[in-house]
Amino acid sequence: MGKIMMEVNNLSTKYVTRFGEGVYAVNDVSFKVEEGRSLGIAGESGCGKSTLALSLMGYYFAPLHYIQGDILIDGQNISGRKPDDVRKNVLGTEIAYIPQAAMNALNPTRKIIRFIEDVVRAHNPKATKKDIYDLARERFEILNLEPQTLQKHAVELSGGMKQRTVIAVSTILSPKVLIADEPSSALDVTSQKMVIKMIHDLMELGYIKSMIFITHELPLLFNVTDDIMVMYAGQIVEKGSAEQMIFDPVHPYSKGLMGSILVPEGGTRDIKLTAIPGTPPNLKKPPEGCRFAARCKYVKPQCRMTAVSFEDLGNGRGSRCIVPETELREVYGHEQ
Amino acid sequence: MSSEKRELCLSGSGVTKVFGFGDKKTVAVDHVDFDFYTGELISIVGESGSGKTTLVKMLLGLTGVTEGDISFMGQKRDIRTHRKKKEYWKGIQAIFQDPFSSFNIFHKIDSVLLDCINMRGGRRLPKETKIEMMTEACSFVNLKFEELTNKYPFELSGGQMQRLMIARIFLLKPKILLADEPTSMIDACSRATILDMLMDLRRETGMMIIFITHDIGLAYYVSDSVYIMERGRFVEYGSADEVILNPKAEYTKRLLTDVPKIHDPWEFSRNKRYDFRKPPEAADGK
Repeated sequence: MGKIMMEVNNLSTKYVTRFGEGVYAVNDVSFKVEEGRSLGIAGESGCGKSTLALSLMGYYFAPLHYIQGDILIDGQNISGRKPDDVRKNVLGTEIAYIPQAAMNALNPTRKIIRFIEDVVRAHNPKATKKDIYDLARERFEILNLEPQTLQKHAVELSGGMKQRTVIAVSTILSPKVLIADEPSSALDVTSQKMVIKMIHDLMELGYIKSMIFITHELPLLFNVTDDIMVMYAGQIVEKGSAEQMIFDPVHPYSKGLMGSILVPEGGTRDIKLTAIPGTPPNLKKPPEGCRFAARCKYVKPQCRMTAVSFEDLGNGRGSRCIVPETELREVYGHEQ
Repeated sequence: MSSEKRELCLSGSGVTKVFGFGDKKTVAVDHVDFDFYTGELISIVGESGSGKTTLVKMLLGLTGVTEGDISFMGQKRDIRTHRKKKEYWKGIQAIFQDPFSSFNIFHKIDSVLLDCINMRGGRRLPKETKIEMMTEACSFVNLKFEELTNKYPFELSGGQMQRLMIARIFLLKPKILLADEPTSMIDACSRATILDMLMDLRRETGMMIIFITHDIGLAYYVSDSVYIMERGRFVEYGSADEVILNPKAEYTKRLLTDVPKIHDPWEFSRNKRYDFRKPPEAADGK
């Protein structure tokens, strides 16, 4: 068992609307990521994936507010700090964050090397231009990016190239955790594979110690990460290794989600897609009991009454369902 | 829908679209030939910039054709006047990628649906019949007409709007439906719902559906025949199994290796290769 790089305990955050109502977008999230491993987060749109990514950085600004919980990065607690402190001491060295439209973040009037200078100088004001250039050049060569890119402007690069450059820039200080929030969903499949290959290389070479990868595309997640966590309405409903989660899900929601995978492979044409009827609950007033109860096929009366806790099933696996695993498997078996 | 007599529904020969002149000339669609038969389900797959959307616009008559002919129901298409265009659109309709920009936000949902009834020649029907038709169309896509009436499109969520688009198609019952990336803005779960609705609709009306998509997995799942488009040309076409399982063109092969798959993961993926035919437990033990 490797060293734990990131540990999150009972993290909850909320958005506050302009009418003062709270939207509880992340609720009681706990997980651990070991060194050299990657964790994927899946779920439908609006389930709180991206909010979780923002919350994990410990960088809170309105309308996002911190409620409770700890975020430990390599043993150091970063939750509840001031945004300025977080920006100076955490972002870049401890955590790097890549949002979905990262490539649009590049100022078109500046050269790529200037962004790297900014990042390095924010943490080490005494760094010389020469040192920074050498560091950047070396890193770009290792990652199969042309060093000439450093002297280019963002407009001269293609979409996939820009995205890869942004990833290289944001991980230049070798952070302990990389949080990638749909880094490739705006790209076509060929560029997507190149971006993923680069992230993979970063992990292999040890420039990033661990990774959290967020996407709603399950086949992609299977190809990228070691473990997968499924989120629903701000909560984690199931956690397990990628193989277990894709081929053998336990929770009814993950089961439905995995049944909607479309891949161009032989034999997948005859499988009927499972659609989950209904819409996710309103997070302003989350339901008392299980949040998935309203859409669940296997719902029982007590599901709606009491909140369901996250049960550890052993082997790094866990699920948030009141119905025992064996009983669920029996029901799934009958359906096939 | 494999009927014995295959009726030619939409065909084109040498269809070309060129943007710009001289040095700035860009050939978006380059001498494309196709024959689509009634009741078929076709997918046109291509990456961004391959000319898929330009082809759709030409098929719909939203943009002119630089060169070549398009025939509809065996006759050369004639859409020179607005009246003729409207007549043509009775037979061919589309669902677009972005439901938010597909509706006129100044028109209430009632009038969107009423327009469809009027277009089918139901202008003189009594009001009750019209409401009945609209209610039926809405319930087909799991919407409640009572909740939608007197609302504007922007008051609905993205998924509801996409379903309303399908309700329109249900009222219009066109011969051909062009679905331009109908599921790319919605997530995997709602995608299954939308696809189910389109399939039900197809079963009911026997219309032909042309899926335009970049998602090769979706194309393989839904369609009878697949056309692969690269830089304005069809590089490969044939039945779905033929094209996806035994690709011939280089481009198709590359596309298929770059798409993330679950039974044959990328070479650098850390997850195991699974034999698809075996249940997961059996594959674990080996």
